[in-house]
Amino acid sequence: MNKELMMGNDAIGRGLIEAGCQVAAAYPGTPSTEILQSVINRKDQAVSPLHIEWSVNEKIAFEVALAASYTGKRSVAVMKQVGLNVAADPFMRTAYLGVKGGMLTVVADDPGPHSSQNEQDTRLFCLQGRVPVLDPSSPAEAKAMIEPAYLLSEKYEMNIVLRPTTRVCHSRQSVALVEPVKLERSSAFEPNTGRWCATPAFLPGLHRSLNAKLEQIAQEPDWQPRLKAGDNSQSRVALVASGIAYANLVDLLEELGLSGTVDLYQVQMPYPLNPEFIQHLHKDYERLLVLEETYPVIELQLAHPGASGKQTGAVPREGELTPDALYQALANFLGLEKPESLPVEGRGQRPSLCPGCPHRAAFYSIKKIFPEGIFPSDIGCYTLGMNLDAVHTVHCMGACISQGAGFHQSYKQDGGKIPTVVVTIGDSTFFHAGVPALINAVLQDARIIVIILDNATTAMTGGQPVPHMGGTADGRKTKAIAIEPLVKASGVDFIESCDPYEHERFEDLLKKADAHTRSEDGGVAVLISRHGCLMDPTVRKMQEAPAVTITEECLGCGECVEDFECPALSMDEENGVAKVDTDRCHGCGTCFTVCPVQAIVPEEDV
Amino acid sequence: MKQQIVVSGIGGQGVLFLTRVIAQVAVDRGIPVLTSESHGMAQRGGTVLSTLKVGDFAAPLIRTGQADVALLLWDANLAVHRSLLKNGGALLINSDKGGEGYRVDGSGIAREMGNAVLSNLVVLGLAVNKNALFCSEEECIAAIRKLAPAKFVEQNLRAFDTGMKI
Repeated sequence: MNKELMMGNDAIGRGLIEAGCQVAAAYPGTPSTEILQSVINRKDQAVSPLHIEWSVNEKIAFEVALAASYTGKRSVAVMKQVGLNVAADPFMRTAYLGVKGGMLTVVADDPGPHSSQNEQDTRLFCLQGRVPVLDPSSPAEAKAMIEPAYLLSEKYEMNIVLRPTTRVCHSRQSVALVEPVKLERSSAFEPNTGRWCATPAFLPGLHRSLNAKLEQIAQEPDWQPRLKAGDNSQSRVALVASGIAYANLVDLLEELGLSGTVDLYQVQMPYPLNPEFIQHLHKDYERLLVLEETYPVIELQLAHPGASGKQTGAVPREGELTPDALYQALANFLGLEKPESLPVEGRGQRPSLCPGCPHRAAFYSIKKIFPEGIFPSDIGCYTLGMNLDAVHTVHCMGACISQGAGFHQSYKQDGGKIPTVVVTIGDSTFFHAGVPALINAVLQDARIIVIILDNATTAMTGGQPVPHMGGTADGRKTKAIAIEPLVKASGVDFIESCDPYEHERFEDLLKKADAHTRSEDGGVAVLISRHGCLMDPTVRKMQEAPAVTITEECLGCGECVEDFECPALSMDEENGVAKVDTDRCHGCGTCFTVCPVQAIVPEEDV
Repeated sequence: MKQQIVVSGIGGQGVLFLTRVIAQVAVDRGIPVLTSESHGMAQRGGTVLSTLKVGDFAAPLIRTGQADVALLLWDANLAVHRSLLKNGGALLINSDKGGEGYRVDGSGIAREMGNAVLSNLVVLGLAVNKNALFCSEEECIAAIRKLAPAKFVEQNLRAFDTGMKI
């Protein structure tokens, strides 16, 4: 069989193509991003027509995939765990109304979290939404689940969730390729108002049918927990695990020489659990150890009096269930010798905005002009503006504009001096959830400065296209939706744009924007900070990159290192002055004006 | 054959590429391999860690004190990831300072070759030279040829070869 070394997300992407998925929609977000990217890269391997889109947000991605399923085709919506919050409205209703062609929602969770604003568990979301959910333990298993998941979806006309976690998404493994199926389906939407428009009159019936389907799905033979039986040396004791926790447990048992000594269940479908399985565990085992990420979803459903897990505190309730954490829990449960306590590790290098990043220049100016300002920001690379003390809040996609408005309203009613509120939002985030918030801020007369950080890409997740560049996921040109007219149509009278590399002009515009928010007939001010992302090689090639050096004038004050926080600048411990890391410096020159004695200069000027 | 390997560095140093090269050698030899990688926010210049488990394993993460080999592209990460290495495990570090483990100023060598990122392959060369990894020189060359973009293949091989000859 043909095998390829694949990242988990790539395995899922290939699996979607093999299963004949014809409409794939996503909004990028770590750890899910590479799934749609894989579908794009592998588009030529599809044997049926395939529409792929980076939708403007996750709700839209879900609804696009949903309607495609209504036509009888197989579809998928892909997002990260917090993206499901954005798509929650259609997701919850879909449980009742169902689907026609197979529909999967791939939701990547991020225990840890490594790159997210929380570590919520999509399996618990599915329990509340009454949606079956699958929990793969490896890239190969995630891929192998996709075709059977589509069959399950079509058999019961239900949306099915595949929930990989970071360690599955970003693992690589040799994965076998299967020939893509050719389904040859043409779109055939059949109107059914009692279902697709279901008014409250129809919903009790749909709810009843949903409950009946869940009972049947719980009994599906292919999705029952899998037992690796022990040798009875540990009687009436079992381990129950799902997802990557199961795989970690398998390795740990092997390392400790305990493989095959204790009954081990792998749960591949944590919801709905078969009541017969639950009864069996109650009847045949006195003690269970339940290992799962991130919330006690299986443990809750088992309600077993002898279960140890997150509910009982036997397993850490927060953070990733690392092999070390797992060992601790297993040793306690089986009465093994206590593992040595873990050495205290250093924290490592914190992430920072890249050398040359235009956001750094913008943040530096914002902080300089408004030292007393309030700075709500948002989700993206520019969250790292917190390192420059120019970001005070980061909440969820689009929240900064509404939070900025809330700050203004709250201070305004006190009657004193109202602080300048400067919100920073990335271009992709602005389209995702910022537009309604901007309209609201204008409508409610919230006097705030909104800075749209336009770097012409979705940078944090690796450079997905943005609406104002006008391109599709697979690189075709489409109509570009420009930011300025959108802002204007939202009722904003002050709209300016400026390259933040031009410190002086940028800072002048910040002052004008502040004056606009404070003038009698003023309002919301929008400043578009416009410079391409330096992760894009074409941007790097286009701009001059002189070698930068530090002259003997340097006082060693550390302002450039502390306040500007460019990774290419650091203090030379030996002689107490600043130094440039030429491996990392892009020669952008934005640091020249930062130095109080102008000691940072192009090398050619020395 | 079983080997557990960690590759540590900061975002932008080529930790992912080095991880892929080693994994490719396992694939080409027909040995199962699992890797895990850091993506997202950490890639913006922060500390990143890859793990590789070569042989019959189910999961890619490595427990404290279980790694056979540690390749460090950023010497300050020693304080962060040293504890993953088992007693007697092989430690290879890209560093211009003296200290524990096999050390090479990979960044300095790579800078002279025109691109500091090539330090990742200098360290790989050193590791193969010291017989720390399961990979042979020929296997690494084949994997680099397979994975590097065409125009960088020769440069990458030169960096690897320099590491081999230290």
